[in-house]
Amino acid sequence: MAPTPYMNIFNGKTVQLEKVPLLDFEEFRETLLMLIEKGGRISSLFGMPSKNSVIRIFAIIAKDRQGILYLFSTEVGESYPSLTPACEQAQWFEREIAEQWGVKPEGHPWLKPIRFHHSYDRSRDAWGRKPDVEILPCVTDFYQVSGKEVHEVAVGPVHAGIIEPGHFRFQCHGETVFNLEISLGYQHRGIEKKLVGGPAPRTIHLMETAAGDTSIGHSIAYCEAIESLAKCRVSLRAQTIRGILLELERIANHTGDIGAIASDVGYLPTSSYCGRIRGDFLNITGLICGNRFGRNTVRPGGVSFDIDPEMKKEILKRLDSAFNDTVNAANLLWDNASILSRFEECGTLGTELCRKLGIVGPAARACGVEQDVRFDLPSGIYRFAHIPVSTYHTGDVFSRAFVRILEIRNSVKFIREQLENIPDGKLLEECGKPQADSITVSLAEGWRGEICHTAVTDSEGNFARYKIVDPSFHNWFGLANVLKNETIYNFPLCNKSFNLSYCGHDL
Amino acid sequence: MIKVISARIKQGYRTAPFPNREMKMPERYLGLPLLEGGKCVPGCRKCVAACPASCINKMEKGVSIDLGICIFCGNCAKECPAGAITFSKNYSMATRKRDDLIIDGGTFKPAEALDKKMKSLFGRSLKLRVVSAGGCNACESDTNVLNTLAWDLGRFGIQFVASPRHADGLLVIGTVTPNMRLALKKTYDAVAQPKIVIAVGACAISGGIYKGVPDENNGAEPIVPVDLHIPGCPPHPAAILDGLLRLLGRIR
Repeated sequence: MAPTPYMNIFNGKTVQLEKVPLLDFEEFRETLLMLIEKGGRISSLFGMPSKNSVIRIFAIIAKDRQGILYLFSTEVGESYPSLTPACEQAQWFEREIAEQWGVKPEGHPWLKPIRFHHSYDRSRDAWGRKPDVEILPCVTDFYQVSGKEVHEVAVGPVHAGIIEPGHFRFQCHGETVFNLEISLGYQHRGIEKKLVGGPAPRTIHLMETAAGDTSIGHSIAYCEAIESLAKCRVSLRAQTIRGILLELERIANHTGDIGAIASDVGYLPTSSYCGRIRGDFLNITGLICGNRFGRNTVRPGGVSFDIDPEMKKEILKRLDSAFNDTVNAANLLWDNASILSRFEECGTLGTELCRKLGIVGPAARACGVEQDVRFDLPSGIYRFAHIPVSTYHTGDVFSRAFVRILEIRNSVKFIREQLENIPDGKLLEECGKPQADSITVSLAEGWRGEICHTAVTDSEGNFARYKIVDPSFHNWFGLANVLKNETIYNFPLCNKSFNLSYCGHDL
Repeated sequence: MIKVISARIKQGYRTAPFPNREMKMPERYLGLPLLEGGKCVPGCRKCVAACPASCINKMEKGVSIDLGICIFCGNCAKECPAGAITFSKNYSMATRKRDDLIIDGGTFKPAEALDKKMKSLFGRSLKLRVVSAGGCNACESDTNVLNTLAWDLGRFGIQFVASPRHADGLLVIGTVTPNMRLALKKTYDAVAQPKIVIAVGACAISGGIYKGVPDENNGAEPIVPVDLHIPGCPPHPAAILDGLLRLLGRIR
């Protein structure tokens, strides 16, 4: 049998960099398209500088049902034929590679910057901009519709609520949206650039704030990457506590989202209750970690805080009470016909489009796509304790709200079970230095969906490249798509039903 | 309707008694650090080395901590062999002056109220426009939470408004990234005089953990003048509300 042009790995597996297949571009393209055709999905696609100023592009394709990741790479010069015309979900990744490394995907249908910063290698720029020219955010050509009675609505960067900045450009006819283009980059802090050369004392804190509402998710993905690279074994006790914290993060955010969705149709009871109950869940995390967002807890080698029997009792008590309140508040939505009429068939994403765009997380599961890292590509405690995948098939706002309450139920059940059986073990093991010239891919199912971290080390064992893909990176384009032919007044509702991260995207 | 009423009864009244009663912080909460310079071991720099944010300065006797950069990770207290640094549960950490955030073991001066004229303008009605500029959505969330029934910010006459034209001031969150500098400046300019600026979180005060990161700005101060600094990463909602109420002279 001829050797395959790709490498099979599992979540959290470290491999020697030299063993990663390096294909010529044509073979790379064919392999990628073949794997996508067979039901794979792009988990990560990124560039890093190689010798002689060429850029090596790594592809990580997830085959969820098999629990496998395919890893392969190619090298490109200043340009290459774009993958996007044949593979839609590559589009945002190709724009990112173009912006970061000045490599042009020829034939990309909409090649524009996504974060508005200078290329990491200032000597090359995909748009031919000079290195000393100031780059202004979202100063660019937008997709425009012209004609009688067509008008344009521009929103952001500074929004009306307490939300992160981003720019939204609607092409409307009356109240109907023809097209929405989302342009981000205002939150770009330069995290990936800063991570090179690490791990450094700041690294874990950058991970915790990559998307601060997903501190636990990102810090778990990071720690599992570094533990794999350093061959550090984490105790089952620490893994269990990590799992409990990750599910608490999910429950808190999902509860908040259900409240926010209710508030965007003006239904105050559920909105008010859920706003408060979200805090009750965050306070449980605060009880364990001292910080409501779980900062300073997940660390390479384990966790820094324990749960003793006394605390276990308190957590269970609070969890039960907050969960009952959540179900009570959410049930008000499902019992109300006028609410359901706003939720149903609003912002619908079809299953086929969902797969094509590579949507992840609750947004994908709300399209009936059974895909969940905790189930398909489990790591840590999820290898031993399974969480059922929660799906619903309608793909609309209702579905995205409903999947959230299903997930809350499963997560609460999971936490209860884990609390009753926390295994013994050391909380924090010594985690050494990452091994040299290696690559590891680490996935975690954050509350928004799949978080993919890829670490590549140099000959000293330092990060030559550290790539973060937040679930929002996959999903922003999904939000833009559901607005097609939707009414503009439904935008806040559709937006809340996705609730994506700006900083997680902009990094 | 009967279900809505029954839910209302079940959910009950849950607004925190703050500020009439002190908030009970979780056992592991890290608030205002207490420094005992006398205990400090000469020549030992373990806390300085352990600090990921580089906010600790070794002095001749003891150390100083810049709360405007501190992310309250607690590493310094863990590393200190002499117990010279401990974290209290005191969440009243907001200050008017940036320099007051640098603590060295002396008495910490929490924020003073606005002067008489400003207090007569804003004391009973303060409308704020929030600008998130490179925040990670943690400070945003814990500011937003003040609007919920658990905190009920409206009862103090403080409200977050949708336009700078409706606002008496800005509440800035985040490191102020290069891509947000102009937007922050424009929003500030759009607020009518007199106006105030409140920086929430280590990022907005100094850049926090992002201070000095190549593509990064160092908080709001280089762009707009700041009248109230509320440290933390993120500050607990009680810390934010405490700062706001001190500014308005509601807590002394």
